[in-house]
Amino acid sequence: MTDILMPALSPTMEEGTLAKWHVKVGDTVASGDVIAEIETDKATMEVEAVDEGVIEELLVEAGAEGVKVNAPIARLSGGSASAKPAPAADEPKGAKAEASGDPEKTSPAKAKAEKPEGDGPAAIRPTEALADPEIPADAKLVKTTVRDALRDAMAEEMRRDDTVFLMGEEVAQYQGAYKVSRGLLEEFGERRVIDTPITEHGFAGLGVGAAMAGLKPIVEFMTWNFAMQAIDHIINSAAKTHYMSGGQITTPMVFRGPNGAASRVAAQHSQDYAAWYAHVPGLKVIAPYDAADAKGLLKAAIRDPNPVVFLEHEMLYGQEFDVPEGEDYVLPIGLAKVRRSGADVTITAYSRMVGLALKAAEELAAEGIEAEVVDLRTIRPLDHDTIVDSVKKTHRLVTVEEGWGPMGVGAEVIARVIEHAFDYLDAPPARVCQEDVPLPYAANLEAASLPSVEKIVKAAKAVCYRS
Amino acid sequence: MARAKPAAKTGGSSTETGESLGKDDLLGFYRDMLLIRRFEERAGQLYGMGLIGGFCHLYIGQEAIAVGVQSIQEDGDQVITAYRDHGHMLACGMDPNEVMAELTGRAGGSSKGKGGSMHMFSREAEFYGGHGIVGAPAPLGTGLALANRYRDNGKVAFTYFGDGAANQGQVYESFNMAALWKLPVVYVIENNQYAMGTSLERSSSETHMYKRGTSFRIPGEEVDGMDVLAVRDAAKRAAAHARSGEGPFILEMKTYRYRGHSMSDPAKYRTREEVDEVRKTRDPIEHLREKLEKDGVADEATLKAIDAEVKRIVADAAEFARTSPEPDLSELYTEVYVEAAQ
Repeated sequence: MTDILMPALSPTMEEGTLAKWHVKVGDTVASGDVIAEIETDKATMEVEAVDEGVIEELLVEAGAEGVKVNAPIARLSGGSASAKPAPAADEPKGAKAEASGDPEKTSPAKAKAEKPEGDGPAAIRPTEALADPEIPADAKLVKTTVRDALRDAMAEEMRRDDTVFLMGEEVAQYQGAYKVSRGLLEEFGERRVIDTPITEHGFAGLGVGAAMAGLKPIVEFMTWNFAMQAIDHIINSAAKTHYMSGGQITTPMVFRGPNGAASRVAAQHSQDYAAWYAHVPGLKVIAPYDAADAKGLLKAAIRDPNPVVFLEHEMLYGQEFDVPEGEDYVLPIGLAKVRRSGADVTITAYSRMVGLALKAAEELAAEGIEAEVVDLRTIRPLDHDTIVDSVKKTHRLVTVEEGWGPMGVGAEVIARVIEHAFDYLDAPPARVCQEDVPLPYAANLEAASLPSVEKIVKAAKAVCYRS
Repeated sequence: MARAKPAAKTGGSSTETGESLGKDDLLGFYRDMLLIRRFEERAGQLYGMGLIGGFCHLYIGQEAIAVGVQSIQEDGDQVITAYRDHGHMLACGMDPNEVMAELTGRAGGSSKGKGGSMHMFSREAEFYGGHGIVGAPAPLGTGLALANRYRDNGKVAFTYFGDGAANQGQVYESFNMAALWKLPVVYVIENNQYAMGTSLERSSSETHMYKRGTSFRIPGEEVDGMDVLAVRDAAKRAAAHARSGEGPFILEMKTYRYRGHSMSDPAKYRTREEVDEVRKTRDPIEHLREKLEKDGVADEATLKAIDAEVKRIVADAAEFARTSPEPDLSELYTEVYVEAAQ
C-alpha cells in the first residue's frame, strides 16, 4: 500500500486545491498517468502517478481547498512486489521544512557555521604568512617596461608549461593591440598563440571550457571594457564551477588586459572593473603597478589553479621600472606592498593610482605630512593585515581608486579598517575616486572626473585636519 | 549504468546504416531510457514532497537522445549540457544515488549538495555539467573541443543545448570558431518545441535547427529524437565527422518534453491533447519496447525483469537521497578556491 501525497508545485507552496480527479477507485494506474489536477493561486498542474497499482481509496474529494502539501490524497495498492514503496506518508516532518518551511532551523547557510573569527564578510584569505621573495644583493636589475614585463611573464610560463596558451583578439599576427604579446607567435606558433575573432562572450567561454579540460588558458581582452560581453563566463562558468562541482572541476586560467581610463577614449572605453570582479568569490583579482609586480604577479596568476582576473593599465604599459633578471621571480598573490613609509596618514591605491599616490606623498612630505603608501596589488583576496597595521600606525586613511566610489574598492578597504581598527582612527577615512558620472571626453571634464595628485593631497590634508 | 557497447550478436536488429546491434545493446538502450524515465518520475515526486528544492527540469520524453548519443561515446569523449541534465548524467554512467542525492542537497550528492539539479559534474564520467545559464554550454563545450585539438587526442566534445538556447548569440560565436578551427565538437540541439513557454514558431525565424550552422558551413542533420536507434546512427555519423578533423556537426533532435519546463511550470501554452498525442504515438520507450517484442529480441518476462531492476535502482536512489545527511556546515567554506600547489 502506498500513499499518494499532495505535491508542492514550488518550494513556497504550502497548500492548494485538489481541483479534479482523473481516476476513480478501482482504476489501474501506471507511472506517468495523470491522476489529478491541483490548483494554487498561481497555477494549475497535473499530478502524475509515480508508482503503478490500483487506486484503493481517494482520501480527498475533488474540489477540496486548502489541502496541505504532503497530506495523503489517495491510496494505491498492488504494484510489483519488487517495487519498494516510495518514501511517503511516514516521511519525517523535517523533510518539508527543508524546502519551504523554517529556513532558520534547517538551512546551513543561515546557521552559525564555523569560520575564522573576525575576518568580516570575506572569509577566504591566505592561510600562511606571505612574503615577497628575497632579491639577492647581486641580482641584476633590468629596466623593463610594464608591457615587456607582461610579455616576459607569459613567455617564461609558456616555456615552462605546455598547457599554457594565449588567446584573444590580435594577440598573434598583429602582435597584440597594445603590443603586449610581441614575439609570442614567432616563438610558440599558432597552436599556442591564437587569434580569435571579435567575439568576447564566445572566446571567454571557450577558454573556460579548455580550462575545465585541464589546459591553462590566458584569455586576453583587448580592454576590460569589452569583457562585459563575457562576464557571464568569467563569473558563472569560471568562478563558481569548482564550488558547484564539489571540488571536481577546476578552471585554472587568467583573464587579462588593460583596465581603467586610458586617455580621452570616453565613457565606454574607460572603466575600472576591480570592484566588479573583486566582489565574486572564486575569483582572484590582481591590479599591479610597476613592471616587477606585473611580471611576478602574472607568473603567479598563470601558475595559480584558480581563475584570476588580471587588470593591467594602458597608461602604464610604456613606463619603465627595474625588474630582477631571471625566470624565477614569482610574487605571492594576496600581499600588499608598502611602497613608502610614513607615520601620519595611510594612502591605499592600486594600478596607475599608486604612481599618483607616491607623487602626492612627496608633495605632502614637503608640507610636513609623512604619508604611508600601501599598494594593494591584489584586490581579492585583499591583504587587510597590511592595511590595518598601517592604519594602526598612522590613525588616518585615504583610499584611492580610478573607479567609481559607491560600493567600490575604497569602500571595502574602509569597511575592513572600521571592522578591525575602529578605535585607532583619529579621523573619518576619505575616498578619492572617479566622480560619479560616466567618464566625459572633453579634456578638462575628463581631468576633473579622474583622481589626481592634487585631489589625493587635498584628501590627505583633510583627514589630517590640515588645510 | 553500463554504457551500451557493441556486444554479442544474439537475436539482434539492424539499423538504417546496417549496423548489427546485439540483443544486449538493444536491451541496454531500453533499460537506460527506462531508468531515466523512472528516475525523473521519482524526482518529480520527491520535489512534490519538498525533498527537492529550487528548480528541477525533468527529461521525461527526451530519453532517447542522451541514451542514443552516449551509446557511441568513446572513452575520453566529453559531454556538457544545460540544466535539463539528469538524463545525460545517467546516460554517462554517473551513479543514480549520487545524482538523486544531489537533487535533495545531501552530502552524498555528486557535488556534495553544493550544486543541485542544474550544477552537477563528473570528472570520471567526463561530464562537464550541468549549467544553469541558457546557451553557456555551447562555448564551454567548444572549449573542451579546443582542448582536444590542442592535445590532438582524437576525442569529441558532445555539446547539448535546446531550441531555446539556439537563439543565444554565444551559440553562433561558438559555431564560428568551431568551424574556423575545425574543432571536434558535435552540437546536439534538443528541439523539444518549446523554449520554456514560447513555442519554436513564436521564437525562431528559422525553425529548422539543423540549418542553424549554414552560414558557418557546419553540416547539420534532422533526426527523429524519439527513436533511440535513429539517434545513435546520426550520432555515429556526426562523431566520425568531428573525429576525422572535418570540424563541428549539428544534430537537430526532434523531441518533446512531456512535463513542464520546470516543476513549477503548469504548461498552459500547449494542450493536453498535444502531449497525449506524442505520448501515444511517439514515446521513445514504448517505441523500442514494441520493436523488441515484434522482432523477437525480448519477451515480456525479460522486459518485466528490466522494469523491476530499474524500479529497484530508482527506489534505492530515492532512499539514499532521503537518508544521506545534509552536508556538514564546514562544507560551506570549502572548494571556493583550489588550494595552490605551487
